[in-house]
Parts: sequence; structure tokens; C-alpha cells
Amino acid sequence: MADKVLMKGNEAIAEAAIKAGCRHYFGYPITPQTEVAAYMAKRMPKIGGTFLQAESEIAAINMVYGVASAGLRVMTSSSSPGISLKGEGISYLAGADLPALVVNVQRGGPGLGGIQPSQSDYFQSTRGGGHGDYHMIVLAPSSVQEMAALTVKGFELADKYRMTAMVLADGTMGQMMEPVSLDFEVTPPPEKPWATTGTEMKRKHNIVNSLSLVPEELEKLNIARFERYELVKQNETMYEEYMMDDAEIAIAAFGIAARVSKNAVNEARKMGIKAGLIRPITLWPFPDAPFKKAATHVKEIISVELNMGQMIEDVRLASECKVKVSLCNRVGGMIPSPEQVLDAIVKASK
Amino acid sequence: MSTKQFLFSGFGGQGILFAGKFIAYKGLIEEKQVSWLPSYGPEMRGGTASCSVIVSDDPVGSPIVTYPDVLVAMNLPSLDRFEEKVAPGGMIFLDSSLIERDVVRKDVKVFPIPATKLAGENGFPTLANMIIVGKILKELGEYNDEGLKAALAKVISAKHADMMEVNRKAIDLGASL
Repeated sequence: MADKVLMKGNEAIAEAAIKAGCRHYFGYPITPQTEVAAYMAKRMPKIGGTFLQAESEIAAINMVYGVASAGLRVMTSSSSPGISLKGEGISYLAGADLPALVVNVQRGGPGLGGIQPSQSDYFQSTRGGGHGDYHMIVLAPSSVQEMAALTVKGFELADKYRMTAMVLADGTMGQMMEPVSLDFEVTPPPEKPWATTGTEMKRKHNIVNSLSLVPEELEKLNIARFERYELVKQNETMYEEYMMDDAEIAIAAFGIAARVSKNAVNEARKMGIKAGLIRPITLWPFPDAPFKKAATHVKEIISVELNMGQMIEDVRLASECKVKVSLCNRVGGMIPSPEQVLDAIVKASK
Repeated sequence: MSTKQFLFSGFGGQGILFAGKFIAYKGLIEEKQVSWLPSYGPEMRGGTASCSVIVSDDPVGSPIVTYPDVLVAMNLPSLDRFEEKVAPGGMIFLDSSLIERDVVRKDVKVFPIPATKLAGENGFPTLANMIIVGKILKELGEYNDEGLKAALAKVISAKHADMMEVNRKAIDLGASL
């Protein structure tokens, strides 16, 4: 473990982005993600990169649009209220098929809400967030190591599919420190012949735009985009199964909720209850397969969330309503305790 | 299978987060699984600061410490808030120069240390936290020269290398109590 250092999740995201070749960061401070910006402010000037604190979240996401158009790896980060402000820009990135990374270290809402951890932006993230038919690739880390690894993965997937990728974390994941190794392989960006890099009078102009006024053409663009989304679903869905082989009760949880749930699963096993955990790592595309499989052998799936029940809808869809799905939650910045989750498991087992 | 859950608490400025970070790093150096989670809410602005630290042989599940095995209380509000949460058989280390009341619980081991007073008398008034850390390491049987040196080197940045020796002195003082 000699190569491991203790880092906050927010710092791990920032350092991993730099490792992934990101040299442009635009942001605006908001708790609990400000360490991402602070880290970038310190590091970027030393490595010839650009850190810019924009005048607003809206400005920051449009600066991201600019750099993405030029074909470079670029990111912004914020927390829930700030992500809402970026919604318009994220929709434009989708409309222009631009790769970019957006980090959301969630806090309780709606409105300005609080500053404590939350997962209440699940719907916003997995359904797109802005207007129009589109998706982002949504990655949900549940350790500081994954904060780093999924940041790198986010850049790679964004480039591969010309999509916006989002790292969807929460206040706990952003603020906690854990050992992290930043020694990983990075796939360099692919050729981007569409990028606005200057023609040097040798080729036609590239135009990056989300405006398409002819309905027949816009329809084609939308359909082509969704064909690409199908490839993402086939190739990039990620999840972790924990003690699911013989499970009779399954927990569905991501991020911090999955960590709390793992404790509860271990305790339940000690009591002789066959509990297991399915942890989606990509929230979009949602991992349907493990839930479909679980529905054939579990009595109940408990969705553990830091919201009023959002992922539970995807769990129900994925398990095709063949098994009871219940909710175990806390909201407003509160986190379910392992005891609360264990109680839900015990109740379900009876 | 051993897991120790620590909760460090006190006023902002007492080095609560730093003490937690030191314990976490010492665990990391000794090849344990560790996590460190600070409170970052409004209580950080003038009230109580706290941080959860877990050091374990197994992967750490939830990083939130609700029922600590080891509570460090460096002021009265912290003791008032967390005393009842300490796991039965657990330990409470408190700064007895700042906390005048006794611990009510009978099912925990209590270590009153006049840390702030000792720190002032010994010429390192800001290191009451590390005196307590020294005492914790001794009581847990975790006081060893090599781990201490390595952990200090990790938590003290090169810019503040001159602070290394005095931190070590504070730890040693705590361990001698």
C-alpha cells in the first residue's frame, strides 16, 4: 500500500481528471464540492492547464461547450443547485454531441436545500436533466478510489460515444478521505475529426451546433443519437453484486447508500438471513440484468436511497414487477444507518 | 477481523480533523483499511467539529461512525453530545482541563487528560490534540516508533517540517501519562 495516499473524494476527482489529460476546468464554488475547484486552481497553472472560476455555473458549462468543441478533455463540477443551472448547457452539449465530464457532488434539495449529502438528483441525472431527448452516462462511485477511477472512465466514455458523462457523487463521498492509488491506465482521446481546430485552409469548416431547424433532419439526428445510446447500454453497463448468489432479500443501493447497506447485509448474514446487495455503478445505463435475475430467486428487493424513492422506479422496471420492491430511505441530508437497513431486511425476511 | 471506530470531537481549531487524519494515516501505513470523514456542516463555523475515523482489517463499509469504540472529546458540548453513543466497553479520552464534569457512563473506560494545560506548560499550546493521540496509541497498544514517524511524515507537509519534532514530543508526552 506504499503507493496509496489519503485523499478526499473531491481531490481524487480533480487529480484523476488531470491524469486523464483534462487541462481545462471551469467551475463556480458550492459546498460540498468546492475542493474540486480549489485543487484545480492550485494544480492547473503548474501543468500548463486552465483553471477558471466563471461568473456563474451557466457561464462555466458554456465554457465547457467551447473547449469540448475544440476536441479537448474538459470538465466542470458543482453540487445540486449548481447542476440545475448547468442544465441548459448540458442539453446543448447533448444536442451538439460533445464529450465532456460533469461532476455532481449532491446535497439535499429542492431549491437551495442544505449542504449535507443526498441522492435526490437521481431522476435529474438519469433522465438527462435538461430539455430534449437525451441521456448522459451517469457513474456512481462508492469509494474514493472509484471517485478517481470513474472520473477517468467518464472522460473515456464521453470521448468514445460523444456524450456528456456525469460522476454522480454526494457530500459524503466528496468529503471523506480514503486510501487511493492514482496509478491507472488512461486511454488517450481518440481522433476527433469533427472538432473545430482550425482548417489551415486544408479542409472544410467543421460546425458544432445544436440547432437543426429542418424537422426531417432533426429527427434523423435524434434517432442516430439513440442508436448510439443502445451501444452504450450493451457495452458499458456496470454493477457490483455482493452475496447475491443465494440471496433471499436483495438490497439495491448506489454510492454511500451501498456502503451503509453492505454493513447491514453482513450483519443480516451473521443472523442467518440470506441478504445480498446489487450496486449499480452506471445509473444510466441502468443495470437491468442483475435485477431481472434477482427477481427469480429473492422474496423482496429493498431500494436504499437518500431521497424519497427515485431509483426504486428503475428497480421495479428492471425486475418487471415480479417481486415486491420496497423503499428504505432518509432525506434532507440524513443518511440511513446500517441498523435502519438491517431492520428493513429483518422485516422483509419474515 | 478487527475494526476500530473513532470519533474525534471538539471546537474548530483544536486540531480535531488533524488528529483523526494522523490515526487514519497510521492505519494506512500499517496496511489497514481506513476511512476519514469530517463534519462539514454549519457546526464547523464556531461550534463543534468532529470526524469519523475507521481503521479495520476488512474493507470499510459505512464511513459514518455513530457508535464509536473510541471517543475523543475535547470540549464539553462534544462529551454531552457523544457520551451516550460510545459502544459498551469503549473508551472515552477527554480533555479534563476543559471539561469539568465526570463521565456518567459506567460501562466504558475513561481517560481524563489535562491536555490543554499540559500542552501550554510544555511550550506547544496548540498540540493538546496530539497529547491525547499519544495516550490513545499507548492504551490501544499501537505506540510504535516506526509507525509514528511514518504517519507524522505523511500528515505534516514538507512546508511545515519543523513541526515534526514538536508533534512527536506531544505524542510522547501523552504516551507517558
